[in-house]
Amino acid sequence: MSDERAQSNRVSVADEGDTDHVFAATRIQRRKQTSEYVAKFVFMLMALSMIVPLVVILTYLFVKGMPALSLSFIFENPTDRLRAGGIWAPLVGTFYLVFFSLLAAAPIGILAGVYLNEYASDNWFTRVINLAVVNLAGVPSIIHGLFGVGAFVHFAGMGKSVIAASCTLAIMTLPVIITSTREALNAVPMSFREACWNMGATRWQTIRTVVLPNSISGVLTGVILQVSRAAGETAPILFTGAVIQLKVANSGPGYFFPYSLDEQCMALSYHLWVISTQIPGVPEPALFATATVLIGLVLIVNAVSITLRLYLRSRKKW
Amino acid sequence: MVDEQSKPKVEFVHVSATYGSHVALREISLNIPENQVFGIIGPANSGKTTFLKCINRTIDFVSGVKVVGQVFVNGKNVYNMRDVCNLRRRIGMVFPLPVGLPLSVYDNVAFAPRMAGVHDKDRLDELVERCLRQAALWGEVKDRMQLLGTRLSGGQQQRLTIARALSHEPEILCLDEFSIAVDPVTTAKIEDVLMELKKRMTIIVVTNLVQQARRLADHVAFLNDSRLIEVGGTEQIFSEEPAEQLTYDYVRGHFG
Repeated sequence: MSDERAQSNRVSVADEGDTDHVFAATRIQRRKQTSEYVAKFVFMLMALSMIVPLVVILTYLFVKGMPALSLSFIFENPTDRLRAGGIWAPLVGTFYLVFFSLLAAAPIGILAGVYLNEYASDNWFTRVINLAVVNLAGVPSIIHGLFGVGAFVHFAGMGKSVIAASCTLAIMTLPVIITSTREALNAVPMSFREACWNMGATRWQTIRTVVLPNSISGVLTGVILQVSRAAGETAPILFTGAVIQLKVANSGPGYFFPYSLDEQCMALSYHLWVISTQIPGVPEPALFATATVLIGLVLIVNAVSITLRLYLRSRKKW
Repeated sequence: MVDEQSKPKVEFVHVSATYGSHVALREISLNIPENQVFGIIGPANSGKTTFLKCINRTIDFVSGVKVVGQVFVNGKNVYNMRDVCNLRRRIGMVFPLPVGLPLSVYDNVAFAPRMAGVHDKDRLDELVERCLRQAALWGEVKDRMQLLGTRLSGGQQQRLTIARALSHEPEILCLDEFSIAVDPVTTAKIEDVLMELKKRMTIIVVTNLVQQARRLADHVAFLNDSRLIEVGGTEQIFSEEPAEQLTYDYVRGHFG
């Protein structure tokens, strides 16, 4: 009985003439398939168009700046009223600003983020802080610059200086660091915290032993991404500490540490703006080479942060 | 049937808990005697887990919850307590969803003692082994103590949480559906351990398995729809004549 049925089954499967119409696509199915292909293609095109501007910008800058790009361009100070020489002094100035702004913003931002995410209960006070953070992140950078003039240069009496510019940059990066810290902490499942609390661990013990070790990659990535932002912005330092040209040493410790904190400094982004708009007669390749170095710096920092994130994610523990 | 002479370890006095408009516990009053196994049975959403959370005040972490009434542990009102962490250290909690912390198996079990200030290596080794044995997990992990707790299987993580709950040598052990991901043989092993442990600690078992409550518990409370329907000796609850018809129906599966 069962043998017979098996046999008859085999026959009907083998009978291609009968099954053809079962597997052939209907008109509706064909149309669905076509729209599927079209949709996929359109979405892919949009995604690809993201990298086009980047590639074009990079190639254009690099090709145009090529003639001026060299190691000595990076390591020499500008001379002849910025028309010749390299970009060492502005480059070091940028490092100064990034370092000191993050020195202030990173600890404050991370601690504030931890407080908001781990300690603060949901009340009007917390909501006001959240609102402030979100809005502060949306403030245009030129407004930050003007605020810096009022708050740091004049009110706090810092004058136009590295420290005033760094503080302004810190205010600008702070909300983003707070937000990225909170996101990183949020990614740690609530159940881990509850398990710790159930065993009588205090909030701080829980944060120290379970929450922070498992979110530190996200926290650090958020901070590192702000390096490139602080390095690239011009407006916040425009009135607070950047200077067109400063006489700096060409050798010795003064070569590596040309600025003191209470004085103004040169900065790469500001330097680029100055030589391309304020000073006539700067050779074109030098302009493009400066831009290439600036964008290269930003890209390197981003690459470091992505690598760090990938590395730490590969060690993720759940 | 609650023993009159032994003083209650945990005492609920008119405890109500509400999440917004949802009432999780309604006017619960009962005593849990010391060094016994106290079973809590009831259908889903009847407030069993909330009941446990009220004891060690982890209900504080649930946002929007309001608790009225008093819970006494050792005669002290937990809602007037300053050092909540100390209270929680004296109560072991096992919740139904197993959570292995992203630490090694060893560190998972040694977590609570370390947080309480124990750092002596020998003492920790001894304690970790004992707790893992009690949770019937030792044999499976003794050669892989450095494995991440999160990498264990669901059932193993469940037993890891039991080992963790025992690691701070609690006076009260609360188990919420501890056997949900554990096979019957291992469950039997853990149940044997519980019978042993009840000489030293008060054990509260929340379970959907009515027969498990019958096997383990000395007293049983039946919660339904956030109300305490009946509390009494296990024999009475499972007898032909519990005080409430609802109890009779539930333990025999005629319910709902």
